[in-house]
Amino acid sequence: MPDILMPALSPTMEEGTLAKWLVKEGDKVGPGDVIAEIETDKATMEVEAVDEGTIGKLLVAEGTEGVKVNAPIAQLLVEGEEASSPAPAQEDAPKESEQPGPDAAIDAASQPTVSSKSDAAPAAPQFTPASDPDIPEGAEMVTISVREALRDAMAEEMRADKDVFVMGEEVAEYQGAYKVTQGLLQEFGPERVVDTPITEHGFAGLGIGAAFAGLKPIVEFMTWNFGMQAMDQIINSAAKQLYMSGGQVSAPMVFRGPNGAAARVGAQHSQDFSAWYSHVPGLIVIAPYTAADAKGLLKAAIRSKNPVVFLENEILYGSTGEVPEMDDFVLPIGKARIAREGRDVTIVSFSIGMRYATQATEKLVAAGVDVELIDLRTLRPMDVGTIVESVKKTGRLVTVEEGWPQGGIGAEIAAQMMEHAFDYLDAPVTRVTGKDVPMPYAANLEKMALPSVDEVIAAVNAVTYRS
Amino acid sequence: MARKATATKARAKSNAPEFTKDQELHAFREMLLIRRFEEKAGQMYGMGLIGGFCHLYIGQEAVVTGITMASKKGEDAQITGYRDHGHMLVMDLDPDAVMAELTGRQGGLSKGKGGSMHMFSTEHRFYGGNGIVGAQVPLGTGLAFAAKYRGEDTVSLTYFGDGAANQGQVYESFNMAKLWSLPVVYIIENNKYAMGTSLERAAATTDLSQRGLSFGIPGEQVDGMDVRMVFEAAQRAIEHARSGKGPYILEMLTYRYRGHSMSDPAKYRSKDEVTTMRTERDPIEQVRKRIVELGYASEDELKEIEKDVRAIVTKAADFATRDPEPDASELWTDVLVEQ
Repeated sequence: MPDILMPALSPTMEEGTLAKWLVKEGDKVGPGDVIAEIETDKATMEVEAVDEGTIGKLLVAEGTEGVKVNAPIAQLLVEGEEASSPAPAQEDAPKESEQPGPDAAIDAASQPTVSSKSDAAPAAPQFTPASDPDIPEGAEMVTISVREALRDAMAEEMRADKDVFVMGEEVAEYQGAYKVTQGLLQEFGPERVVDTPITEHGFAGLGIGAAFAGLKPIVEFMTWNFGMQAMDQIINSAAKQLYMSGGQVSAPMVFRGPNGAAARVGAQHSQDFSAWYSHVPGLIVIAPYTAADAKGLLKAAIRSKNPVVFLENEILYGSTGEVPEMDDFVLPIGKARIAREGRDVTIVSFSIGMRYATQATEKLVAAGVDVELIDLRTLRPMDVGTIVESVKKTGRLVTVEEGWPQGGIGAEIAAQMMEHAFDYLDAPVTRVTGKDVPMPYAANLEKMALPSVDEVIAAVNAVTYRS
Repeated sequence: MARKATATKARAKSNAPEFTKDQELHAFREMLLIRRFEEKAGQMYGMGLIGGFCHLYIGQEAVVTGITMASKKGEDAQITGYRDHGHMLVMDLDPDAVMAELTGRQGGLSKGKGGSMHMFSTEHRFYGGNGIVGAQVPLGTGLAFAAKYRGEDTVSLTYFGDGAANQGQVYESFNMAKLWSLPVVYIIENNKYAMGTSLERAAATTDLSQRGLSFGIPGEQVDGMDVRMVFEAAQRAIEHARSGKGPYILEMLTYRYRGHSMSDPAKYRSKDEVTTMRTERDPIEQVRKRIVELGYASEDELKEIEKDVRAIVTKAADFATRDPEPDASELWTDVLVEQ
């Protein structure tokens, strides 16, 4: 004789009023029949019978307030209960568990969470990045632009894997709004180099669906400013998918395009999304500076089985650098690059921030400051270990980024140093960031809003107590 | 584009195709399994065994049953929103694992890490289980893109509700699907209420089957309470998509008996409305009546089916109650694919 229990309207409900009985003792009920109404301060809900049977005793009178969730409110006589039924014991057993008593429910639902042992989160796994591959002796270094490096990376991966395709606005016929996809249509055809309508939310989602089905899309945003339209899909559908599915479904793909300020394009077209995406577990976020890193890391991103946010920079597209001429030049994701070794102060930056940092370093070194310069390259997972090791040596740290200060990459690094390098710091970690304003249009104001070489030098002087 | 094709209207009820005995009995069993499973889920929610949001499919069973009967199960991809339990049961996902996911246990389909709205099976080609209203529409369109890219003749069956039909990304998807002739059938499960807002209060035009008109996507309204009508329309739509003619829209006129989610006070509709639908249009009762009238099965034989279904549900509930919660180490797994 299973009891009918006081149901919960929501997981936070603890008790309610049994407002009305809609059946009386002896009534026959079937699944779905409404037998009572209960009320809380938020809502009224109907209680339906789940089993077929006859209402036995009504245990709680109509109008009773403060009835605890899971308290028995009525008895249900299940059909055949009294008859000498041929029902085997097997049927009785599950029936019992079908309506576990209040104790069973409490046991099953709450016990694991009240045990303090299971409340404590286990320690997060440690991330250990791989090292850069050795460049083979005698490998030729060719000087190419970042733009060409990105294009070559895509072309090489598309040659190697027919599941890789690129889609986005103006990627095919127009040859790329910033010419990054130049020549790809001619080599791979319109099936694999797909011009999309101006529909970021839609084509980002479409790309993710294609990745669920096993393809490896490269989704180009004309700029990441427009990618903000697609942010729900990137975070809710791509980044969280593997976890939500218990490891079953992943989104092996790359979202890429120019990020941050260009020049004189105003507030809506000048935003740095580094910190935004680096906040999200389930994403890999890469922001290269050099041509070699652009190529080696984009190839790694395309091969990654995870969704990768690849943040390029329009101003850097034309800058050139040496890239090793190798069959397969792939760099490790999550490994910072020490651009210059030094002992006096550490400067950490990434993407175009490295331009300010590099120029400042040249001047500082000339003035006798032995700067260690670190290019993060990957923002998530962040190579915190390399920064900590550097700070242990220099005791001083300056971060440089174009993004806003609050909740920025520099803010994260500062917090990491508090946790992992506090005893080694001889000065407060100092941030050089974009100013905390929307990007102004006027040339003078825009220049002021961005970080500058002078600001980096001033920060280094401050932390080395030279000012 | 023939204008006629885009404006096909719902067929009269009398046009309902005949089901064979096997089809009737299959549909009866599938729909009954969903109904009993969802009733049990509702009960377990009431007992605090299921937490958070729990959206029941009760009343809408004919839609996913009829569509799936007309599809190549296990080959054609299916994707839907958060009211997803019925889809999984009809696609043969293990009821034990579905219920255990609802209770957040280690044996759940997503190891207890997804919950009611987030379950998937690549093996069965079910892609969720998506919690953001409308987000599954571009995703489902992407599944169709992948099928076309690879030259497979599979179709993406992409479900969404009347509420999602007002999301912008739905129309972004319609545009691309038609532009690229993608093999996708959009199934709008119009249960008349987006949470508590009736279609009339939310939509400037309420014939959702015509929402693809400006893209040249054909659509039709279907009696979503009659599994035969659903099946017949789905056959037509799926054949259209599979043969390379591009997307197709089916607006299923259906009804959910329960609230939007478990904690829905249901003040936005009358009890009479719900009662009328339940007593006059119930998708399962329609089939049961035909089965008995046509002598496809006796009341006793139907009782046997009921008993089988109940045993499946009881077993699932039992498993979902006894299975332990996920191990604490699972907190950190499945964030990224280990390379």
